[in-house]
Amino acid sequence: MAEEIRLMKGNEAIGEAAVRAGCRAYFGYPITPQNELTAYMAKHMLAKGRIFIQAESEIAAINMVYGASSTGARAMTSSSSPGVSLKQEGISYLCGADLPAVIVNVARAGPGLGGISPGQGDYFQATRGGGHGDYYTIVLAPKGVQEAADLTYEAFSISEKWRVPVLVLADGLIGQMMEGVVFPEPIDPATLPRKDWAVGHVTEMHRPYNHVTSLNLEPDGLEAANRIRFERYGHIKEELVRYEEIDVDDADIVFVAYGTSARVCHGALEMARAAGMKVGLFRPITLWPFPSARLAGLAERGKRFLCVEMSMGQMVEDVRLAVNGKVPVYFYGRCGGNIPSQEEVFAEVKRLMAL
Amino acid sequence: MELAYKHPKSLKSIQTKYCPGCGHGVIHRIIAEVIDEMGLQNKAIITNPVGCSVWADLYFDFDSVQPAHGRTPAASTGIKRMLPDHLVICYQGDGDLAAIGTAEIIHAANRGEKFTTIFVNNAIYGMTGGQMAPTTLVGQHATTAPEGRDPILAGMGYPIRVCELLATLEGTKYLARGAVNNAVNTRKTKNYIRKAFEAQMRGEGFTMVEILSQCPTNWQMTSLESVEWLEKNMIAFYQLGEIKNTLSAPATAQAH
Amino acid sequence: MTEKTFMAGFGGQGIISLGQLWVYSAMKEGLKVTFFPFYGAEKRGGIARASVIVSSDEIKSPLVTSADSVVVMNQDSVEIAEKVCKKGGTILVNSSLVKTDPARPDARIVHVPCNDIALKLGDVRIANMVMMGALSKVTGAVKLDTLESVLKSFFPSSKHALITLNIAAVEEGKKAVLG
Repeated sequence: MAEEIRLMKGNEAIGEAAVRAGCRAYFGYPITPQNELTAYMAKHMLAKGRIFIQAESEIAAINMVYGASSTGARAMTSSSSPGVSLKQEGISYLCGADLPAVIVNVARAGPGLGGISPGQGDYFQATRGGGHGDYYTIVLAPKGVQEAADLTYEAFSISEKWRVPVLVLADGLIGQMMEGVVFPEPIDPATLPRKDWAVGHVTEMHRPYNHVTSLNLEPDGLEAANRIRFERYGHIKEELVRYEEIDVDDADIVFVAYGTSARVCHGALEMARAAGMKVGLFRPITLWPFPSARLAGLAERGKRFLCVEMSMGQMVEDVRLAVNGKVPVYFYGRCGGNIPSQEEVFAEVKRLMAL
Repeated sequence: MELAYKHPKSLKSIQTKYCPGCGHGVIHRIIAEVIDEMGLQNKAIITNPVGCSVWADLYFDFDSVQPAHGRTPAASTGIKRMLPDHLVICYQGDGDLAAIGTAEIIHAANRGEKFTTIFVNNAIYGMTGGQMAPTTLVGQHATTAPEGRDPILAGMGYPIRVCELLATLEGTKYLARGAVNNAVNTRKTKNYIRKAFEAQMRGEGFTMVEILSQCPTNWQMTSLESVEWLEKNMIAFYQLGEIKNTLSAPATAQAH
Repeated sequence: MTEKTFMAGFGGQGIISLGQLWVYSAMKEGLKVTFFPFYGAEKRGGIARASVIVSSDEIKSPLVTSADSVVVMNQDSVEIAEKVCKKGGTILVNSSLVKTDPARPDARIVHVPCNDIALKLGDVRIANMVMMGALSKVTGAVKLDTLESVLKSFFPSSKHALITLNIAAVEEGKKAVLG
């Protein structure tokens, strides 16, 4: 039976989606602009007899996730940019120990304490691992409240399937904005299978003792473990890449943008099309793995790209790597918490059309 | 005839990497003995810290999780909350617990997390090669306190008495300090561990056993000198015994 | 149909509830909606602004940067209204508090004495509801014919006694912009 459409803030919709995904433990620390998410989890996780802890720090929160995930439970934390920086140590350990986890970043503008308005300056951190060592996390970038809920829900199973943490990279606008949302069916965590790699329930699982660790002091052993993980990354790149294309086929210039920026570009696209300009939009949904192959294909067809971000230019580097010099890649960015207007993005594409 | 004193099941029968005279081996053994006595090998999970005991998973024969340096109590929190009927042991050294992980231990204790911390205090950083620890005694030499720990002129601070510090927190139910420098102290320490584990399995609240342990290598002493030094200097500063006991203490715990 | 509204006032005037009730009602009427409040560090007082869009199509940019309609609840918000209103757009002004019209000769300026009407009904806090009625009437984007059920789910049951008053305020707001 289809659920009723509900009007919700992005932060709350992410929380509800996580509860429905069978999240058994949430650990968080207050930070704007994601506070509604932590409060939502406090209310709904505790009411369901699940675990909610307001941790003493972001560092403690991610390490509580590490512990909970070690037992095979679906576990999650959320924060905003400065707090996600603090979590990087724990994310590196999660990756080193091949543990699943869901981490939500309702990003704001930086660097440093920066501001609390929306930002996309955490792209590098999100897509390059973020902490120390050789690793990646899967990064999903929703464009609105519905997709934030859908991707958060799915993040748990993706993370379990690949044993790689999944980062849901939203921003302050998506977190604070209200839109209509329809939720997927709730999953009862008690119905989720126990994991053979987890600790606990040794007798019931009829298995040898497990040791969850990222430590490997033998260079050959550590290299082998990393190589196995990178083979898995290769499969993820083959299976998980997602993107959305709008009016790309006949376009001369294609916007490349994710999340909030993509929404703005879609508005600018409409203005451009109304003015008779052939403009399209390419929106990566997975930021890692990045849809490089598809962009390379579009470059082969001679499309020019205009990358629009709420940063000084981060994803644009991946676009340039993907097209490998074959076509021009332009950049338009605002930062500091400013969101570009569709009018200014339209003005930029109009200028480029005339080049 | 039954063998009365045998190798514990929960401890693998292999040679450890610990230095001669180090206390970790004895501590591992008494933990394993208590687990065996309580029949909890298949329900035990240890979080082994960064430090010399980072390899504890090589020696203990039950499940383990290796967290980041100092985050051991946070990881144990996550594990115990998910598996409340398991025995979760948060094994920590003095750097892990009293320096880099101070926030984590204080808040886990304050929340009354129902795992047991085994806090091995040898007043020095072992694995990294003899640096000053938060529990290094005043005047004690370390590579980072070459003239001895000087709390005033060099601003190196004072040794931290962790049990006493945590005793003020309402979430803590049992805080005891033992030592493994001789058989008597080792036996007492084992009893503290048993009390703590039993309290954990009853779900009483936060329990911790601090264990004064010798590190002859980094103290630059022979094994014999190190047990004497511990007796004379560490025990003089870190009072042994049950620092706090507000357990409901049912009959089973008192029997041992 | 797409109606992009920019709402501005000071904290405590109910800008946020106005925007939320507007999009909630629109959603009940089968429209797509977005509501984005500009959030600040302060929890009370200061400026309150929101980008509010209702549409029969998928909503692209959730930011209202060229508004079809602007709601101006206090004098300080006149300046932002002048900037954000599209050419030939509509500016609804709470004429109880705003004494100078926005300098936008191209725009249609609609005066609604929200506070005065609300006071006459007995509670100045429902000035925002008066404005919502006027916005509905002037734009026709949201009919507000499901308002009663919307208010029932919006308010906690302890406040259900206020629903009649809120609906009366909306009706008075509609009447105030007749003709």
